[in-house]
Amino acid sequence: MTNKTFVRGSVRRSVRIKRSAEDVWEVVGDPKRITEWFPGIVSAKVDGDRRVVTTVSGLPMPEQILTIDHSLRRFQYRITTPIFKEHLSTIDVIDMEDETALAIYSVDAEPAMMAIVIGASGGNALEQLKKIMEVEQP
Amino acid sequence: MGRKILLVTTDQQRYDTLGCNGGKIARTPVVDNLASAGIRFERAVPQSVVCMPSRSTILTGQHPATHGVWMNGVPLPSNAPSVAELLRRSGYRTALIGKAHFEPYLDPFVRFQENQLGWSGETSVAGGSHRGFEHLEFATHGVQGMLHYTKWLREHHPATIDGFYQVLDSSLAVSALGGGATSAPQVKMNPIPREWYHTDWVADRTVAWLDSLGNDTDWFCWMSFPDPHHPWDPPQSETSRIDWREVPLPVGYSENSSEREAILDAKPRHWRMWYDGSLVSNYEAPATWAPASLTADQLREVTALNAVEVELIDEALGKVLQAIEARGWGQDLDVIFTTDHGELGGDFGLMFKGPYHVDALMRLPLIWRPAPSSGTRPSIVSSPVGLVDLAPTLCSIASIEAPTWMQGRTLPVDDDDASSRDITEQLTVWDSDLFGVDLHLRTITLGRWVCTVYLPGFVHDGTEGELYDLVSDPRQRSNLWSDPAYRSTREDLVHRLREILPKERTPKLPLESPV
Repeated sequence: MTNKTFVRGSVRRSVRIKRSAEDVWEVVGDPKRITEWFPGIVSAKVDGDRRVVTTVSGLPMPEQILTIDHSLRRFQYRITTPIFKEHLSTIDVIDMEDETALAIYSVDAEPAMMAIVIGASGGNALEQLKKIMEVEQP
Repeated sequence: MGRKILLVTTDQQRYDTLGCNGGKIARTPVVDNLASAGIRFERAVPQSVVCMPSRSTILTGQHPATHGVWMNGVPLPSNAPSVAELLRRSGYRTALIGKAHFEPYLDPFVRFQENQLGWSGETSVAGGSHRGFEHLEFATHGVQGMLHYTKWLREHHPATIDGFYQVLDSSLAVSALGGGATSAPQVKMNPIPREWYHTDWVADRTVAWLDSLGNDTDWFCWMSFPDPHHPWDPPQSETSRIDWREVPLPVGYSENSSEREAILDAKPRHWRMWYDGSLVSNYEAPATWAPASLTADQLREVTALNAVEVELIDEALGKVLQAIEARGWGQDLDVIFTTDHGELGGDFGLMFKGPYHVDALMRLPLIWRPAPSSGTRPSIVSSPVGLVDLAPTLCSIASIEAPTWMQGRTLPVDDDDASSRDITEQLTVWDSDLFGVDLHLRTITLGRWVCTVYLPGFVHDGTEGELYDLVSDPRQRSNLWSDPAYRSTREDLVHRLREILPKERTPKLPLESPV
């Protein structure tokens, strides 16, 4: 038994939000609105399937949008900066059929350590999303 | 006016690197003088052998199970209690200068306050303090990240940046790249002038902060040197102090590989697995480096560079103490000198740190030089004390009652004091869990014994353990865990360990970064 296979990392975070899945998806499913709920991202420019987010430190992070599936409520993107050999982030919004939603942020990345960093930031963003959504109850 | 407090910490320093503790390589006259005038602890134990949990214990006076920082990369909650805050509220001016590391370093979205401060260059926060510190200036090992030292170096001496060892490789793993004369891992000859190196920077910034205070101020300064933690890249101009070719091999290192491996094989199997390179359970050890590849010359060179870093710290501390003396504060100054955890330093053929609860990582330098005006007699304390005891000790110095959330006890001033207060035992824990590889150690140091229990995890089934007699086996070469002659000793220790382990905080705090 060894751990020498940890080239690629996989991390999942989730949060239950007391809002309908439709309401949550309205925010998450719009690639321009990431600045509203992802702490540390100050701007997002979208051009077709390309998005460039800029972090608070001024670091531009180019991304490729892979999936915006309104039926499945799934958003997927890939960070294309060279530090990643591979990256896929998936955000799912699931209707829990009790007027709440389960938001899940999953990341797979190589180098593995980037999965922890991005996954934890995504988890933090979900917490922020919950805060915003539950305060903004209609 | 009350007593002033200078808490000096280093990072990853072995007990035996100080002259007053028997060290023969580095010259440490400043700390040795503090020891001869104060209290030298012969068995000071960390509650964790990695930085973030251990530093959180120093600040909170709590065990990792309580403050919740179970591994590097888990931030100390922003509302965690802080001894610095207690001191501040009782009128002390407070500062933390150097390595903090209560929050992760790898932080691309600048989520954490330490990184926000370093990135902006601010040295204070709105609201007056962060974790009880009014003034904060941060540094770490080298120039990665976004801390004050890095910003200062980039702005004032940008040409020096490339001279430092690059701690992380392109995979964001801790680099195994070798350097120096022997290609030892995490070694580099650094052309930076000494006065710009982070050790002197920490001392200079400390003096600058002290210069900003009025003469009648009571103050608490945590001066936190990032060295002698790897990488070993001190200013090249200083490396000629110690010729690595003349450095003796550590007594815990056997040149005979068969002997080394036989000792490792008598320990729980993750020891040998790391040595062979098949299991790396600590992010801070280079992932692609196997300790079995370490040569005697590499170890000599690392030991020499480590000693150079220790000497530079000693000299920097001397500079700060001179400045304090010049202000007329010397008689009322308490100095505590310690580190967050040790360094394997070649013991058992290993380097860096990890889930290995032996003296290399668990026996720490700890000196308390009480204010001369207190009339405390010099002494040597052999009873086990812990870093968890520092916070209540700081309260005691400041004449503040230690709050009930602190789990340590005021450091004893001598063995009689320890005996009368029944100070006999310490706890140390390890929990790591990275991509499903988890290891969990629970250790009690009690009198002459060190006993470690392994909880079930990636390589352990929960039956393994380690038992060492520190008197007859001071290098912990002979594991008595399975020796029938020590069965009742083992059972007593395990029973006591289970009795005193604090309840684990729930829910478990999430890992936010590898480091």
